[in-house]
Amino acid sequence: MLSRTASNLFWIGRYMERGETGARLLAVGARNAMIPNIGGGYRNEWESVLAAGGHAEAFSEKYGEPRQRNIESFLFFDQDNPSSVASCIEQARENGRIVRTALTGQVWDALNSGFQEMKGLRRTERSRLSISDLIDWTTRQCALVRGAIDDTQLRNDGYDFVHLGYALERADSTARLLDVKYYVLLPQVDFVGSGYDNYQWSTILRAMSAHRAFHWAYGGDITPAKIADFLILNRKSPRSLITSAEDVMFHLDRLARGYGRTTEAQARIRSVVGELAEARIDDIFDEGLHEFLSRMIGEVRVLATLIHEIYLSGEAR
Amino acid sequence: MAGNSNTPNYFNEMFSGDGVRPPYRGLESWSNDMPLELRSLKQSEAEALFRRIGITFAVYGEGGDPDRLIPFDMFPRVFSGEEWRKLDRGVKQRARALNAFLCDVYNRGEIVRAGKIPGHLVYSNEAYERAVAGFRPPGNVYSHIVGIDLVRTGPDEFFVLEDNCRTPSGVSYMLENREIMMRMFPQLFRENRIAPVENYPRLLRRTLGSVAPLKCEDEPRVVILTPGHYNSAYYEHSFLADMMGVELVEAADLFVEGDFVWMRTTEGPRRVDVIYRRIDDAFLDPLCFRPDSMLGIPGLMNVYRSGGVTIASAPGAGVADDKAIYTFVPEMIRFYLGEEPILNNVPTWQCAREDDCGYVLANLKDLVVKEVHGSGGYGMLVGPCSTKEQIAAFADKIRENPGNYIAQPTLALSTCPTFTKEGIAPRHVDLRPYCLVGDGMIELVPGGLTRVALTEGSLVVNSSQGGGVKDTWVMAE
Repeated sequence: MLSRTASNLFWIGRYMERGETGARLLAVGARNAMIPNIGGGYRNEWESVLAAGGHAEAFSEKYGEPRQRNIESFLFFDQDNPSSVASCIEQARENGRIVRTALTGQVWDALNSGFQEMKGLRRTERSRLSISDLIDWTTRQCALVRGAIDDTQLRNDGYDFVHLGYALERADSTARLLDVKYYVLLPQVDFVGSGYDNYQWSTILRAMSAHRAFHWAYGGDITPAKIADFLILNRKSPRSLITSAEDVMFHLDRLARGYGRTTEAQARIRSVVGELAEARIDDIFDEGLHEFLSRMIGEVRVLATLIHEIYLSGEAR
Repeated sequence: MAGNSNTPNYFNEMFSGDGVRPPYRGLESWSNDMPLELRSLKQSEAEALFRRIGITFAVYGEGGDPDRLIPFDMFPRVFSGEEWRKLDRGVKQRARALNAFLCDVYNRGEIVRAGKIPGHLVYSNEAYERAVAGFRPPGNVYSHIVGIDLVRTGPDEFFVLEDNCRTPSGVSYMLENREIMMRMFPQLFRENRIAPVENYPRLLRRTLGSVAPLKCEDEPRVVILTPGHYNSAYYEHSFLADMMGVELVEAADLFVEGDFVWMRTTEGPRRVDVIYRRIDDAFLDPLCFRPDSMLGIPGLMNVYRSGGVTIASAPGAGVADDKAIYTFVPEMIRFYLGEEPILNNVPTWQCAREDDCGYVLANLKDLVVKEVHGSGGYGMLVGPCSTKEQIAAFADKIRENPGNYIAQPTLALSTCPTFTKEGIAPRHVDLRPYCLVGDGMIELVPGGLTRVALTEGSLVVNSSQGGGVKDTWVMAE
């Protein structure tokens, strides 16, 4: 497969997952905005949403004070924000258009109709669009694309590159979401264990559509340790770090078998999966959740670089 | 019906003489009986299909929506089998002569020595590539895809407006228009015997495979080289790659090492044998053509000249489709093939010649004036459709640089019934068939791209100037 084609496929996966994460963040913000603001040390929930996406600076440069309407525009429609839902959907579609020949008609249809509908949404008067409709639309759109990929794409190397994009992006966003919640939302140790604290933690679950799944898996009170375990070490959770890492490993192994060549990328993901499989949540808290998550975000970066060098640049011999 | 009103002086392809001409008979009741609601329903269905497939067309220099659709008119344009036989022979004859000419002027130049074509028109032509003089490509084929732009002025009168020997575009519309018509009106295809066009991509691949370089020992690897996804014809490039089952590459995906061209793949470099390029000569190889260009594949021309790769169309093929050379194509046909031209040229005045220029300036209101190197309907004057001021302004441009212009009489382009807001009405059409030339083979699929000027009375069919497209049928016999 042409390296550039593989790269476009990889980025379709990354952008679709990024767009979905954006919509989920928006959902958290919208929900929290309905809860009275009682805490000190942070102004409102929307700021944490911006921080979670890594957008705080770009936003304040353009809009100043965080107001709900501006934040919604920024996270959903803004073309200057490369991670806005609209930007992600447009870029995923553009990557798809470039490699139109490597996609099935159904996948292209899903990517393209999402893009066309997004143009329709842009033209619609904002007062007629509810935030929950926009969020539902996005998650539906993302599910449509992913479903079309899984149902119709030939399971060749191209399929692996799309999924590598999805899985790496998912690992990255789960780690960031956890990290930001822990440090931005809870600057003072006093908050830990308070009622507000638990509420904050449960919004992470909501962000990942995992509220019910969590109760089903753990039951009882929501505690930081349980949530961290669920989102880092639990193989049943579709968004946990270990699930994402095992996805990456699965697809890298398929590439190694197909190409008859094992590379540094396969070795690297093996050690990450190995560590996550052995780890207990207490060890992670001992290391420091932030330190651990930063390390994982670093691993994602290293893997993305390796995949680029070995497969996507066309330089490897 | 409105379509019955024959615009005087224009040949109406459906209604001429008494009643409906035979090739269009299968469409009479179909078009008459279609209720207005169904028509607009079908029209929006067609538009939605085009959008979903992603066939769009960006217009250079106009900004705006990069995903503009070319308007599609559902009323087919039809040729009888007999009419097509003549076109088929005429187009192939022309494609053969153009290739013979290219081979000649890059080698012995006999047509110039024989005094049939002035040497300066060939050798001082901007499109003449010194870099390939003396080189013979496989099969002596330079232009592998020849697009001949034709207009019709009467039952038996066809004229060639222009030859396209480099990379004629639009063939994807020929294929997609047919797909969409078959999807929307299956009964028409059951009731009429319409020759299929769908094997064009297969033929194109076979054509390109037939001219693989000598050094290629296995099944030749063919690629399509595109300038990239911002190009207005990108859809077509990717569509063709898909239908042919070949890779679509950009220059950055290719590199030269040793005696060959390679493409970068996830499994390392893979050798490339035939490059169907959709980029201009100037951007092929910065070492050979444009040292300032960031585009292109450095060293490509060396590999080409040493027989390591075939480039289609061959660098330098553009010298045959220049508007100044066009005048001499009938002469080429006689010189190389010893035949009389089956399709006629439009009489052309070269403003570079003083006598011609005087005539042109005196008769601007009756003529069509074009730039020698122009294309896409830009920078041209249609005398009968222009105001006095426009004509005066254009006259100044001609006086300033006469060598840049040619003029032709305003042709009475035939019309074909077309769906308009006011009902079915005649609109002017042209035709571009695509002739494939390989080593020992020449093929023309029965069909082509019909472009239609959607504005009433307009003679300009270019999509960049508000033209649309139609499905083109050839009735099987």
